[in-house]
Amino acid sequence: MKAKEVPQDDENLLEGKFKDPIYTLDEDGNYTTSYSVGWDVKNAVLKNAWGVINEKMEQARQDVMAGKASPIKYYMEKTIMDPSLLAKYTGYWKWTVKKHLKPKGFNKLNEEALKKYADIFDLTVEELKDIDKIKNDKTEE
Amino acid sequence: MNIEMNFEHRQLAHCENGVVSNMLRYHGIDLSEPMIFGIGSGYFFSHMPFLKVDNIPVTSFRPLPGIIFKRVSKRLGFHFEKHRYKNPYKAMEALDRNLEQEIPTGMLVGVYHLTYFPTRYRFHFNAHNIVVYGKKEDSYLISDPIMEKKTTLTHKELMRVRYAKGTFAPKGHMYWLKSVPESFDVKNAVIKGIKHTCKDMTSIPIPMFGAKGIKFLSKKFRQYPTKLGAKKASLFTGQIVRAQEEIGTGGAGFRYMYAAFLQEAAGVIDKPELKQLSYEMTEIGDRWREFAVIAGRIVKNRTREGEDYNAGADILLDISEREQQFFTKLKKVVS
Repeated sequence: MKAKEVPQDDENLLEGKFKDPIYTLDEDGNYTTSYSVGWDVKNAVLKNAWGVINEKMEQARQDVMAGKASPIKYYMEKTIMDPSLLAKYTGYWKWTVKKHLKPKGFNKLNEEALKKYADIFDLTVEELKDIDKIKNDKTEE
Repeated sequence: MNIEMNFEHRQLAHCENGVVSNMLRYHGIDLSEPMIFGIGSGYFFSHMPFLKVDNIPVTSFRPLPGIIFKRVSKRLGFHFEKHRYKNPYKAMEALDRNLEQEIPTGMLVGVYHLTYFPTRYRFHFNAHNIVVYGKKEDSYLISDPIMEKKTTLTHKELMRVRYAKGTFAPKGHMYWLKSVPESFDVKNAVIKGIKHTCKDMTSIPIPMFGAKGIKFLSKKFRQYPTKLGAKKASLFTGQIVRAQEEIGTGGAGFRYMYAAFLQEAAGVIDKPELKQLSYEMTEIGDRWREFAVIAGRIVKNRTREGEDYNAGADILLDISEREQQFFTKLKKVVS
């Protein structure tokens, strides 16, 4: 790619924290580093990946509201985890984590276990148990 | 503790090359990022349908994390000290001891909890590399090669990312330059690096790797809409583009970096032919971007079904042939 062809399609996905360096050719055929604030193609794919995450989150939110899933299920989707990753963070078996994703399993958790989950999600135990918080929680657009 | 080393931070395209390049520079050795990439044979391709992340097959444009690092130090004769720690607090104490001795220390971290990263780029990817070059009160001074400027993390934040869990969990892994040889043979290292990449790209006898792997992906890709259905096909396609174009792992980006390496190498090993080859490599990178445009269109769901998948598969097939020929030619130049 030539330096002057580097796309600058800014959708603020990098939040101005850096630009993407690309090795490009200058007018004299020498390699140089150019910086891109974004490229439509990359932006679309990244936004699509977040769309998928948000769909899962929204589904989990509805399931929590309907009493079909526990708050842990919602925060697991929100933090882009799955039961096996959550198992690694908590030290529980995967099937144990899966039980905690249901209201029945969640309601049996003691304070220590709740604290473990709350810490992973950067919440207090009170916040973790608070279903209204999930109801009003915002998704990344 | 109040220590700040005179560590020059340069933003570079890829974290592993970047950390090595920046750390060597601290010790007075000036090797560009493309040189590190070329010497460390960072160019690769693999498509492994049986290996899945989130139920999506893995396509990768790089060797396993840590390999570039290992090859560069072996080929140039640097000695890196490496450690992992079971206990996170011990890992932080070991880091503090290093900082007290003014040793810039590289380490592996998970990206998800890197507070200074743009939100949209924070996934559970664990093989990111950063350098810690000082500490002021509770803040560690960080040089992250991806970032434009130097940054900081608190004790708690750094400990958290050093003990991220999941695939490639860093487990507190840290490394630093123990000794630098008085002289080293860059020329020989460049030739070794090139030969290794030629071998990786043309002669691994399994269809999933190297140029053959791209052909393999082309075949799979063409079947996506009929075999997987629209939604899954689009998800699989998205993963390819993300592997290709996400920060530091780039497919086209790595091709361009390799082109820059070949141009620099032409002078180092006195083979002017490499310059012409570097332009060919840039064209291959351009083809990868053309593929990304089509794949992006599929993901955005503006696709005309089979037509786009066919066009994408055709480009992949062309790239496979080009890369096969390219590395066959390149091998002749260095042998």
